[in-house]
Amino acid sequence: MPNINELQDFVTQVRRDILRQVHKVNSGHPGGSLGCAEFFTALYQEVMDHNTSFNMDGKDEDLFFLSNGHISPVFYSVLARSGYFPVEELNTFRLIDSRLQGHPTTHEGLPGVRIASGSLGQGMSVALGAAQAKKLNKDAHLVYTLHGDGELQEGQNWEAIMYAAGNNVDNLISTIDLNGQQIDGSTEKVLPLGNLRAKFEAFGWDVMEIEDGNDLQQVIDGLKEAKTRTGKGKPVCILMNTVMGNGVDFMMHTHAWHGKAPNDEQLEKGLSQNPETLGDY
Amino acid sequence: MKEYINKGSKDTRSGFGDGLTELGQSNENVVALCADLTGSLKMDDFKANHPERFFQVGIAEANMIGMAAGMTIGGKIPFTGTFANFSTGRVYDQIRQSVAYSGKNVKICASHAGVTLGEDGATHQILEDIGLMKMLPGMTVINTCDYNQTKAATKAIADYDGPVYLRFGRPKVANFTEDNQDFQIGKAVHLYEGSDVTIIATGHLVWEAIQAAVELNEKGISAEVINIHTIKPLDEEAVIASAKKTGCVVTAEEHNFLGGLGESVARTLASHHPTPQEFVATDDCFGESGTPAQLMEKYGLNAAAIVKAAEKAIKRK
Repeated sequence: MPNINELQDFVTQVRRDILRQVHKVNSGHPGGSLGCAEFFTALYQEVMDHNTSFNMDGKDEDLFFLSNGHISPVFYSVLARSGYFPVEELNTFRLIDSRLQGHPTTHEGLPGVRIASGSLGQGMSVALGAAQAKKLNKDAHLVYTLHGDGELQEGQNWEAIMYAAGNNVDNLISTIDLNGQQIDGSTEKVLPLGNLRAKFEAFGWDVMEIEDGNDLQQVIDGLKEAKTRTGKGKPVCILMNTVMGNGVDFMMHTHAWHGKAPNDEQLEKGLSQNPETLGDY
Repeated sequence: MKEYINKGSKDTRSGFGDGLTELGQSNENVVALCADLTGSLKMDDFKANHPERFFQVGIAEANMIGMAAGMTIGGKIPFTGTFANFSTGRVYDQIRQSVAYSGKNVKICASHAGVTLGEDGATHQILEDIGLMKMLPGMTVINTCDYNQTKAATKAIADYDGPVYLRFGRPKVANFTEDNQDFQIGKAVHLYEGSDVTIIATGHLVWEAIQAAVELNEKGISAEVINIHTIKPLDEEAVIASAKKTGCVVTAEEHNFLGGLGESVARTLASHHPTPQEFVATDDCFGESGTPAQLMEKYGLNAAAIVKAAEKAIKRK
């Protein structure tokens, strides 16, 4: 197991990868990606029991489903640096004939991706199906998901949230990335989400919080605690507070960088705040 | 002229239910999901026999489609069941992203298609579902004609790896195809050889096409009748060969003429062998309440409408 300093270096490199991917094609979603660098690193480097010799069925391993597919840059970086595909392939992000589509897909056969996502609100349903299949297969491994907070405005989530609790899907850990931002502005302004803890609890979930989702140790500890809460009859929800654009000072605390790439100068500034650790691709 | 005998009218949805029951016994990977319409979809036996493989999702079709996609991860073969309207239009984006684009082995099984669901009226009578589903890359689209064929198709699609839309209906219709038939996805079935006009029908309009052929025969017109149970992939060879032989075509389906079987046939013929074609289908409209027979009469979806269309097609040769 890598120590916390090594994992922190991993996070820093992932941030560089995010910035470089979106800069190269002048498109993509850096804000939400940067905010979830610690989450993905913790999940793939420390928490999940997973197999990089990718098999779609994923039997006898933990599974992860990214519901808010637009944060593909962080997903791709962590998958590549975890060994699912060559890191150099990050160079092909959003280019024609690439396996690294703007939003993740299974269509081009990219290892590590088990469902297309991008059209929001569908990931939890898919995860529920996979979780139920695990139970049928007597496979004790877990299913993890990540959802944007704005994404919870999609009604399908609440169908899934109701189903999960009503059917005791207790091998599921769903994390909500609470960065409070969406394309048109803050979630508070666009469509307030209200008290999410109360909502999930009212639906019958076991809810916990990660106070600072950009504190790597807190994320690791939170995910590990969530694991201890599985198998007890309730699905587990983690409300994870993050800062959109985290780690790049001019991208933080704003929705402006939700879906906008940095220019050359901004890239250099962002990279200077995140020095190379594991080697650029 | 060969006589096709109605062995006793049955609903096609019961063919689905009975096929699913057999699959439950023969294939342990088959799972079923239903959105609060277990009785309507005739899934009760599967549910009773395999409660651990039956998933009641409630009135939440979007979640059902997503869950079905997820269940394929882990090797399950999910069959979803609800009305055709809620199986397609309501969840188009879920099917598009989580099933079709993701290439998942989900079988979307849809009852109560078309106007013949009857008295419930237009809110439930989808006439656009074949079009919606056939436009999705990689989606196989099947519309079966009777109880026996629906049962055979239900079993056949479990052995096929890929997303399938299986469409059937509510009312009892003539059951005339063979018991325990061999169902080949994408393979047209010739019911009559003929020389004057080709009638290509799908769903329960195949029975109407048979009645039309008999009537045309009495008028001295030789009609070739083809049962197209698989609209996508279409058996283009069969369509082209028959059009070359007869020189004109009638398509018959319980669907909008936009986007249905007729359009698939027209595209095939336009590309390979341009042929006069008449469309027995609904005329870009919604349905309404009524009995199935009344609605088929009013919307021109019966043997009489096919005869009229055949005569018109022949004149255009």
